[in-house]
Amino acid sequence: MQKLATAFGAATILFASATAAMSERTDLVLGVTLEPPHLDPTAGAAAAIDEIVYANIFEGLTRIGPNGQVLPALAERWQVSDDGTVYTFHLREGVTFHDGTTFDAEDVKFSLERAMSEESTNAQKVLFSAIESVEVADPATVRVTLAHPQGSFLYNMGWGDAVIVAPETADHNREHPVGTGPYRFENWARGSSLTIVRNADYWGAPAALEKAVFRFIPDTAAAVTALLSGDVQAFPNLQAGDALPQIQADPRFEVVIGATEGETILAINNGKKPFDELKVRQAISHALDREEIILGASSGNGVPIGSHFSPANEAYVDLTGSYPHDVEAARTLLGEAGYPDGFSATLKLPPTDYARLGGEIVASQLREAGIELEIIPMEWAQWLEQVFTNKEYDLSIISHTEPNDINIYARDDYYFNYDNPEFDDVMAKLEVTTEPKERQELYRRAQQILAEDAVNGFLFQLPKTGVWDARLEGLWENAPIQANDLTEVRWAE
Amino acid sequence: MIAYLAKRLSIGLLTLLLASVVVFLALEVLPGDPARIMLGMNASPEALEALRTQMGLDHPPLLRYLAWLTGMLSGDFGNSYTYSLPVIELVLERMAVSLPLAFIALSLSTLIAVPVGIFAAARHGRAADTLAMGAAQLGVAVPNFWFALLLVYVFAVGLQIVPAGGFPGWGDGWGEHWQALRALILPAIALALPQAAILARITRSAMVEVLGEDYIRTARAKGLPWRIVLWRHALRNALIPVLTILGLQFAFLLAGTIIIENVFYLPGLGRLIFQAIGQRDLIVVESVVMLLVATIILINLLVDICYAIADPRLRGAR
Repeated sequence: MQKLATAFGAATILFASATAAMSERTDLVLGVTLEPPHLDPTAGAAAAIDEIVYANIFEGLTRIGPNGQVLPALAERWQVSDDGTVYTFHLREGVTFHDGTTFDAEDVKFSLERAMSEESTNAQKVLFSAIESVEVADPATVRVTLAHPQGSFLYNMGWGDAVIVAPETADHNREHPVGTGPYRFENWARGSSLTIVRNADYWGAPAALEKAVFRFIPDTAAAVTALLSGDVQAFPNLQAGDALPQIQADPRFEVVIGATEGETILAINNGKKPFDELKVRQAISHALDREEIILGASSGNGVPIGSHFSPANEAYVDLTGSYPHDVEAARTLLGEAGYPDGFSATLKLPPTDYARLGGEIVASQLREAGIELEIIPMEWAQWLEQVFTNKEYDLSIISHTEPNDINIYARDDYYFNYDNPEFDDVMAKLEVTTEPKERQELYRRAQQILAEDAVNGFLFQLPKTGVWDARLEGLWENAPIQANDLTEVRWAE
Repeated sequence: MIAYLAKRLSIGLLTLLLASVVVFLALEVLPGDPARIMLGMNASPEALEALRTQMGLDHPPLLRYLAWLTGMLSGDFGNSYTYSLPVIELVLERMAVSLPLAFIALSLSTLIAVPVGIFAAARHGRAADTLAMGAAQLGVAVPNFWFALLLVYVFAVGLQIVPAGGFPGWGDGWGEHWQALRALILPAIALALPQAAILARITRSAMVEVLGEDYIRTARAKGLPWRIVLWRHALRNALIPVLTILGLQFAFLLAGTIIIENVFYLPGLGRLIFQAIGQRDLIVVESVVMLLVATIILINLLVDICYAIADPRLRGAR
């Protein structure tokens, strides 16, 4: 009898712990700084859109994984023709959109053609520039023909701007996004929060979370208190500033400092005197002390860079030694360029913390070398118009957050006003090269040219400071693409 | 009284028209292209052009002004560039937060300030007066965002009896209403206390002045009890400056909650206008500003009517 009772007791305990495990938490509140203007990733550049919908609501033919790798998504596998111009995508079968309609090759054709069309307001239209035609071979096979081989094509198809949408619902995705992802859109209380729920009909492994709420908290102090009070359990990227040590010391939370694709630079107007002079730009590079800038602008987190390239990339070359911090060298170069007494210029700063804080330090470092900077703080819209569009600036500080965007230096009329045929040549070759080894070689060459030309002051790779409840698993450490992929997120038992 | 009201009303309408011109011009000269902000740094010129056409930004300014004005007259405030929703819908959503918040804060500040002001005036020059006015001085000096953070740390992070911020929506059912109200408690207090401090000082000085008048002495000499003198004779005459400040404060509360709404991340009008300016959602900014101007004019009108009720001499004079 005694034994039986013990066995019964043990069984009860087992049962109880089993139900406890089954009733584990399946909801999550995430804090994000910016509210998206709308929810259609194919019609806007706002990172806030992708940070909600990418991989959660919408999927593309391919997708970008946590470490920047290209993974299959709606295309299960693909073949590339020998000349690199025809991609045959074999689509996953049995996939449905959140409204119940079936996903097939026609949807792929529709989505790509919509993004390429004349009325398209796709912010990254250039991703589709190589596509010549899209044909439906059968409902599960799509053939995409390119005008020329394009090394980055599969990567491009993994961007949020290239997700697959359904013709029936595409026009309403701004307010009510309908995709094929593991979560479906539930509701959006504008100004406050957005809720997504698990998609029970998902083609892949179902998400562990039943419900996820993105709460929009623009103010840093408010974000910290929301975390401490338990209202919000995760901030994928929190600019906590002075409060970070306090959170790091708290065992309830985990702080994970990862990398983003954001190259933070001191942008230089290469087309304007005296910055059109190589020696002046080199002097600026010598005058910068990256360690000090990282300490002041980014609480000491962030990897120094010597060119416009992410240290996380396989093709990265460390060029931070090209112009070591050397005030004397800077002064000498300025003298050789005909400015022995230095000169004065303006530094126009967008409203981000790293720019405002970094600006002060950059100004004091350049002053030591003899360059007097007048700091002009600007709001974002003003910056986009004056600096980015009209190129009315001398210097600025900005993080270029698009992944793999070294090709911007080859663009005509870009705001750096940089023009080097040799660099353009490397980029043109890269565009048509598909062999990975050769591509890496070209990327390395490109980084070196930019460093030699000291096009901009290359500062640091913007960090991603993830802060979340220590019991949470599966949030991304790095941000190889703007996303908060919740596919694998769960509460630990 | 009718002539007085008609005159006030026509001044109000004229102010509205003038405001619409000023607001439109101010936003017209503001740098920043809404299409560029939507599509970001990598957008191609064709995509930008396509979006500008979609937004109607390719029309000349005068045409856009007239379209906006006539639209408003017929009740159509246009569509938000960023949200592509009718502006009026956005505003109504936000009003559901801002209006109750402003109302609670105003009631709270009045309930605190007026009795404190009267109390201090009645004990003019004594310790209680000094203490009350010292506290009020502190209330004026403390910035409300700092006070708000302090409240959050004590009641949300420490005691965890109210949420640190956010607004769950009014929902349906008493349970959800209560949750929504709970979310407004701290912001309302944070807004109300500095207002109460100002109001208490105004009430006190107005009361002190009135209490020095001859008719108060006469009333006292007649043998009226102090309580009646204070509440019936003195307060009524001290109300004019108090009402003026109250009117100003309500307008201020409605428009000036930007900081508090940010600290508590509440989806109110202040946040809407703040975001809209950043995103150059011009149509939203224009319409919300017009709405605020209209509200302030309306409140001033109400205050004028209250003056007339409080002081019969004003009815014919203006």
